[in-house]
Amino acid sequence: MSSVAPLLEVANLSKHFGAVRALHDVSMAVHPGEVVALAGDNGAGKTTLIKAISGVYRPTSGEVKLKGETVDFGTPQEARDKGIETIYQDLALADNLTIGGNIFLGREPMRRAFGFLPVLDRKKMADAARKTMAMLDFHVSRTEAPVSNFSGGQRQAVAIGRAVYWDAQILIMDEPTAALGVPEQRKVISLIHQLKAQGRGVIFISHNLQDIFAVSDRIIVLRRGVKAGERKISETTHDEVVKLMVGG
Amino acid sequence: MAASEPHASTAGATGDDNHGRPQADHADTAKTLVQRIADLRAWLFLAALVLGFEAWARIDFGGTFILNPFNLQSIAIFAVAPLLLATGQTFVIISGGIDLSLGFIMGLAAVVAAHTINAFTPGLGMPLAVLLGFMIAVLVAAVPGTINGLLVSRLRVPPFIGTLGMFGVARGVAFLFAGGTTVPVQNSLFAAIGNGRLMGVPYIVIITAVFVLIMHYLLSQTRFGQHNYAIGANTQAARRAGIDIKSHLLRLYILSACCAGLAGVLYAARFNAGAAQAGEPLLLDSVAAVVIGGASLFGGSGTIIGTVAGAFVIAVIQYGLVFVNVEPFWQFISVGIVIIISVLIDQAQRRFSGGRQDE
Repeated sequence: MSSVAPLLEVANLSKHFGAVRALHDVSMAVHPGEVVALAGDNGAGKTTLIKAISGVYRPTSGEVKLKGETVDFGTPQEARDKGIETIYQDLALADNLTIGGNIFLGREPMRRAFGFLPVLDRKKMADAARKTMAMLDFHVSRTEAPVSNFSGGQRQAVAIGRAVYWDAQILIMDEPTAALGVPEQRKVISLIHQLKAQGRGVIFISHNLQDIFAVSDRIIVLRRGVKAGERKISETTHDEVVKLMVGG
Repeated sequence: MAASEPHASTAGATGDDNHGRPQADHADTAKTLVQRIADLRAWLFLAALVLGFEAWARIDFGGTFILNPFNLQSIAIFAVAPLLLATGQTFVIISGGIDLSLGFIMGLAAVVAAHTINAFTPGLGMPLAVLLGFMIAVLVAAVPGTINGLLVSRLRVPPFIGTLGMFGVARGVAFLFAGGTTVPVQNSLFAAIGNGRLMGVPYIVIITAVFVLIMHYLLSQTRFGQHNYAIGANTQAARRAGIDIKSHLLRLYILSACCAGLAGVLYAARFNAGAAQAGEPLLLDSVAAVVIGGASLFGGSGTIIGTVAGAFVIAVIQYGLVFVNVEPFWQFISVGIVIIISVLIDQAQRRFSGGRQDE
């Protein structure tokens, strides 16, 4: 694992809100093709950590390195431009738009109709949607249908597809399986395997230990803002992780 | 499909995918039937109304309703102002908001156009005065639109309240400008624009048709339109996608006010006078036209084409009832019933599309 340079390195990161130490001196790394799970009880600092990585918060101290280069994101957009994409729990999709419309939301391709009139390039959006979703093993025939027509797991795939299309190297997924039924959860797990196979790094937040053990290479447990432990999945057990989480 | 269950996760996922696809397609077909009816409901209403009035006219007094060119002209002229207001309203409603100030912004623009044209006609001649009247009236209309936009986007005032306040302000200012009365226009060119025809089609109808076509393009073919739909469906998602919500909402409310501004100018041209109360009865008609046209007041859906049909539904009801000599109060009842039926169809459609197939 250490033979390859890490995609993302977080070194001694702290984030304080006034007197509250939401995160204290946390370090972690994500390598290409690696899935790192973040676990911990509510308020353990998981969300603060990913927000500090993805540009929502500026860390109080410590640094974030992307491919060995120190970065300092002022906004989530800057992080996204550098290839760190966060996929939120509520999916952040516009339900009334097509898959293509969602992939290109905010950066829609235009073409000239009749040689002069700028119009949305729907064909390009549909083609990109088809191609991107096929990469995630989700073959869509109806590219003109709004995403509200698709199931929860398929919509999760659309959110991931958007990140993949824009060439995200690090995908941060916040509880991607929480709102889904069992078959859909399994589909998301297989999506994460696809991302891994494509050499991307994934940070995976979940409460569900079964999912974590199914998909992750390593697990980092946070407790009250500090790193309670880090284990290789192959060398740990559910019991040990739970003990780390509750501090027993 | 249960056969795929014991497989390893990748294989299982492929099985799930095969499982999921026909379901999605099934959901699509189930939806398209209801949705097709829902999408076309305004046109279906329109066809039913036209046929109904035609039958009524033939049975009652052996005349024709729709084949009479005078009726067509009158209905088109009748529809101009409500349609222009409804066009702006469509954009706002799709974004999840509402603009209650449009009626009096229209009145304000009508009064400003009348004053401006009267002021410039002696010095600059008729054509230039008319041009200035158009421009200044729309610019003045953009002022309350800008304030609406700032209230909604920067100060996070709910659109219903912000534009309700502006409704009062624009109303007061319009009546003050008008001196409490109507302002007659002394410019025969302006009157000619308001009442002239090109091959039987009134100029104001042509102007409105061109404008509405441009608005249709703006909503359906540009980033502005696409972002408008996205904001109406999921503002958070739009923001995370890097869309500048504040500037979009500001431009949105300016746009709707400008639609009302144009409506005001055309009103002044048609009646050769500006009146502060010009748009007073039209505000609710504009919302009704948008809703009948298939938009949801929750935001995220609606089209200009639908709104055009919605505006004509209202115009046909209003004109048709007068034509067949029914007491005018039936207009309110009929329009009200059409609105309710329209919303019921929207609800039914929502129930069908809402049942997602997660399992």
